[in-house]
Amino acid sequence: MTVHKTRTLFEKIWDAHHVADTATGAALIAIDRVFLHERTGAAALKSMAAAKRPVCDPTRVFAVMDHIVDTRPGRGDGTLMEGGSAFITETRAAAKAAGITLFDVNDRDQGITHVISPELGIVLPGLTLVAPDSHTCTQGALGALAWGIGSSEAEHAMATGVLRLDRPKTMRVTYRGKLAPGVTAKDMVLALIAVHGAGGGAGHVVEFAGEAVRALDIEARMTLCNMATEFAAMTGIIAPDARTFEYLADRRYAPESFDEPYWHTLRTDDGARFDREIEIDAAALAPMVSWGTSPEHAMPVDGTVPQGPPRAHEYIGLDAGAPLLGTPIDVAFIGSCTNARISDLRRAAAMLKGHHIAPSIRKALVVPGSSAVKRAAEAEGLDAIFTAAGFEWRASGCSLCFFAGGESFPEGSRTVSSTNRNFEGRQGPGIRTHIASPETVVASAIAGVIADPRKLMAGKLMP
Amino acid sequence: MTPFTTLSSRAAPLLRDNVDTDAIIPSREMKSTGRTGLADGLFAPWRYLDAAARTPDPEFALNRPEASGAQILLGGANFGCGSSREHAVWALAEYGMRCVIAPSFAPIFRANCIRNGLLPVTLPEADIAAMAWQSVTVDLPAQEVRCGDGVHRFEIEPEPREMLLEGLDAIDLTLKSLPAIEDWTSMDRKARPWVYLERTQ
Repeated sequence: MTVHKTRTLFEKIWDAHHVADTATGAALIAIDRVFLHERTGAAALKSMAAAKRPVCDPTRVFAVMDHIVDTRPGRGDGTLMEGGSAFITETRAAAKAAGITLFDVNDRDQGITHVISPELGIVLPGLTLVAPDSHTCTQGALGALAWGIGSSEAEHAMATGVLRLDRPKTMRVTYRGKLAPGVTAKDMVLALIAVHGAGGGAGHVVEFAGEAVRALDIEARMTLCNMATEFAAMTGIIAPDARTFEYLADRRYAPESFDEPYWHTLRTDDGARFDREIEIDAAALAPMVSWGTSPEHAMPVDGTVPQGPPRAHEYIGLDAGAPLLGTPIDVAFIGSCTNARISDLRRAAAMLKGHHIAPSIRKALVVPGSSAVKRAAEAEGLDAIFTAAGFEWRASGCSLCFFAGGESFPEGSRTVSSTNRNFEGRQGPGIRTHIASPETVVASAIAGVIADPRKLMAGKLMP
Repeated sequence: MTPFTTLSSRAAPLLRDNVDTDAIIPSREMKSTGRTGLADGLFAPWRYLDAAARTPDPEFALNRPEASGAQILLGGANFGCGSSREHAVWALAEYGMRCVIAPSFAPIFRANCIRNGLLPVTLPEADIAAMAWQSVTVDLPAQEVRCGDGVHRFEIEPEPREMLLEGLDAIDLTLKSLPAIEDWTSMDRKARPWVYLERTQ
């Protein structure tokens, strides 16, 4: 009698990539795709060249300029970050020498790594993909095992085609029920981290499942998986379904068809065991906003600030018990690998249409996640809606998600940002960042204070 | 890579939870595409009253006289969270740190430590707090941290333990398995042809 062991999606992908065991019981796991960007790519490629180690299969390695590229119109290799151009020119030279595919500053396909990889069908269900960038977990939304690594590990993957890994544990996070209007994938993941902590997923690959996850479009699934790293998980993953295969059809690097039965085996078997299970009532979730200096410092927008570490309260300038609603803001930012895909911009523009940002807002910025997203948005007239409302419209890049020494704001400025990290100084020295959905960013930009997007949707927000 | 066996040093405490790699080395301190010249930017937002002028903050743990020469850093939970930048580990190593002891680590930071000969030790928070400014011995072969009368056993997987003890270069080690990797790849090419791409440009 054959005993058919039930397996999770992660276990199926792990087993399918298991090349050999190491002498100490770890595994050599085959890596199907490597992605680099200019901030860490040049370092890895130069170090390999110095050690005379070639890239073992350059056709499966990609690089893009996204982190410190200028997002102002008419950009070249110049950067607002002092000395930043060297990262671009050295990455370009190293990429050419290594024979890998490069999406350069003004390439049609340029964009944030985790936005363009799905757009081009570079990431696929069932693949392993790594990049020296923590938000590589975003790409797990397509059903791939995709995770962030350091530069040395990127060199290892490029030089050998494998990584040496101890097997992670598995966790399933099941979102029951349906999201209420105005509540998004961003709110789902912030709620998870708020309840279970920024270290809550440590050591685990997290599969997101349940009715509310299945109901998300592919881009929203990317938002959900994007912040798995903020949960300290190795990565997040969502089993591919008809929407996934439809999304990937005709993408440049994707196979011609997904008809083979193999593609439909990429799901967790009924009865498969996870090391840990978490259930969340999606219907009970509200729009979430961070109040402090870790993504775990997140709360429903209409709640009051809980007691946290004194240092976080001091940095952010909000005491326990204070409401978030009505807190004056200086900056509104829509961008990043979390929330700058075309669907994000469509939802934000739909809410913004006919409104203007409050006069007290010093800067409001939209930075599309990719050059393709920018073109699509312009074709639909979204850029005109944003600019009419007082937002600046930029070229694609990571932009104000982090501060590299270029663009920022006066110390102490308060931003509402569709990004993923609210660390001390992340957006510049002394900048106070509140992370939220694009909907909440728009509502807050119009009001000039942290505002509830549900009120704007209901027509009740008085700017 | 320098092998790690035992290390005795005073332990400098930075007992905050969620110390992120942006705090360990801010993006603006990563000024070149290389792996060096980073120690000066280590903890720049906290270590300097004025980062541009490099005015030290005397209150910051690493600026205190007793921190001089410390090779062990004590941290809070989820140490090294955030950006995958290996520069955080390169900066710590260049500054002179050989070991970080924390209740838990973010996974990418922990893997980066191991690849650079820095030992990440996981121990309970209360044990770590008691080691602040004490002379501490970290014994990797015995998997023990000793401090005063206290002996604290720690767990580490066999693979990173071996890599650290022997100071192994992971790539060199893996390249010894190249024939097995190549065999596997030629089989896989038939099983999953869509993985293998043609040259497009």
